[in-house]
Amino acid sequence: MNVRCYALEAKYEFLKHLRMPAYAIPSIVFPVMFYLLFGVMFGGARPTAGTTVGTYMMATYSTFGVIGAALFGFGVGIAVERGQGWMTLKRATPMPPMAYFAAKVAMAVLFGTIIITLISATGVMLAGVRLSAGQWLALSATLIAGAVPFCAIGLALGYFAGPNSSVAIVNMIFMPTAFASGLWIPFEMLPPVVKSIGELLPPYHLAQLALRVIGSGMGAPAWTHVLALVGFTLAGLGLAWIGYRRDEDQTWG
Amino acid sequence: MVGELRGVTKRFRGITAVDGVDLRLEAGKVTALLGPNGAGKTTTVRLMLGLTRPTSGTVRLFGEDPTAPAARQRTGVMLQVANVPETLRVREHVHLFCSYYPSPMTEDAALAAAGIGSLANRKYGELSSGQKQRVHFALAICGNPDLLFLDEPTVGLDVESRRAFWQEVRALVSRGRAILLTTHYLEEADALADRVVVMNQGAIVAEGAPHEMKQLAASRRIRCATSLTVDRLQAMPAVASVRRDGATTELLTNDAERVTRDLLIADATLSGLEVTGAGLEEAFLALTSARGQQSNVGAGGVR
Repeated sequence: MNVRCYALEAKYEFLKHLRMPAYAIPSIVFPVMFYLLFGVMFGGARPTAGTTVGTYMMATYSTFGVIGAALFGFGVGIAVERGQGWMTLKRATPMPPMAYFAAKVAMAVLFGTIIITLISATGVMLAGVRLSAGQWLALSATLIAGAVPFCAIGLALGYFAGPNSSVAIVNMIFMPTAFASGLWIPFEMLPPVVKSIGELLPPYHLAQLALRVIGSGMGAPAWTHVLALVGFTLAGLGLAWIGYRRDEDQTWG
Repeated sequence: MVGELRGVTKRFRGITAVDGVDLRLEAGKVTALLGPNGAGKTTTVRLMLGLTRPTSGTVRLFGEDPTAPAARQRTGVMLQVANVPETLRVREHVHLFCSYYPSPMTEDAALAAAGIGSLANRKYGELSSGQKQRVHFALAICGNPDLLFLDEPTVGLDVESRRAFWQEVRALVSRGRAILLTTHYLEEADALADRVVVMNQGAIVAEGAPHEMKQLAASRRIRCATSLTVDRLQAMPAVASVRRDGATTELLTNDAERVTRDLLIADATLSGLEVTGAGLEEAFLALTSARGQQSNVGAGGVR
């Protein structure tokens, strides 16, 4: 295996997005800003759902950030690169197809890590968040691994969204689901109708896994959330596969 | 032989984009694929590259399936539609593409060959369309490929850049590379190609050496209404082809003066005489519009 081309592909995928303000700013700045507004300024030390608001929101806005980086990186990235014919050109080169997708996963994970680090630092410094070393580790690992299902969902979106509409489409899907999954305000406080929808959505399951680490959340067994996320990953990959096959027969795909 | 299409047909959504095409690409030779928009040139290139599967027929690159990594490692591609990520620098793009190939050129050599050494640190998005074309060329050649696909490579280039580009292509050919070029510009095909293949409506309508195509192009078209039979006209000296369409007869020739004189002597009742200079463009249009009522053109290679 040509390891060097995997590494370079990932490096340039990251640089490409870092230099793209339309991606880098909303991906990194928005989650941190939301956390500052809702998790810190409105009283981070107040108790809620078995922990403090600052700690709870740190978990949910980190989840929000990780999901956003993955959904936009894949959904918009794939849609645009398909539309421009860049993907076609790449497919005609000897680049291993997996290098292309692995680079996008690496990029999403790296952005996710930056977001988690910034939000965690904010929590510790401004909202008095205190976790054990084990909890920090478990929270980061959960969220970073949790990027993968959303890469798969983003991949599917990227194959079905047009290059120009992709940003709007991803936003229209991401924002309401983030809200209904309890990423913005604690799930416990949502109206029952919204809750019953939220329980079916992928961000809910990742947020619950993150909240378990800090001793909060709805209390369902972890395996149910893991199973749901695995299911969404497979569904995303399956849809993406259909889209990929469909592209092969188009003149521009 | 480097690449081959054998009896390849591609249909999608009820449209036959490529219809029974045979094509061979050889080392050290440039094959030019000429034809109007929608003739099937790009689909032919996509089939050769394994980007789309033929409905029937076989495609081989270096004796392998075109999607085989071994085949792709010997192939470089410049596609018409591709736009590349704008926030990466020219050198970064070339650096990445070099990593795909087993024995690539150095980045500097690829940049120099494409004439963009001075743009190495510029972001792709800041370049003019002509400069972008050259980046695409650098990406196509940086892997030292044995076979190069150039899909409309000089669209948007000024005359000077186009000539510099041709120079570079000739240098590659002299080193034994095979090239498949698609183009709208007949001049480009003439300047570069060893073999010109004219496509229309998905099929090959004519092929030959550029000099044969030029001979065709040098020809002139004589239109008239005459009582002479087609056989008689065909037998006249310097007449390349004859086609009768209702009352009008059309002749192609390289010596219009002589044929006109002979015609007027042989048929006193001849009327509606019209002589038009062809030019390659004209010959090309005649070839692509005459499909289905193919004429018996003398200039070799045309079928």
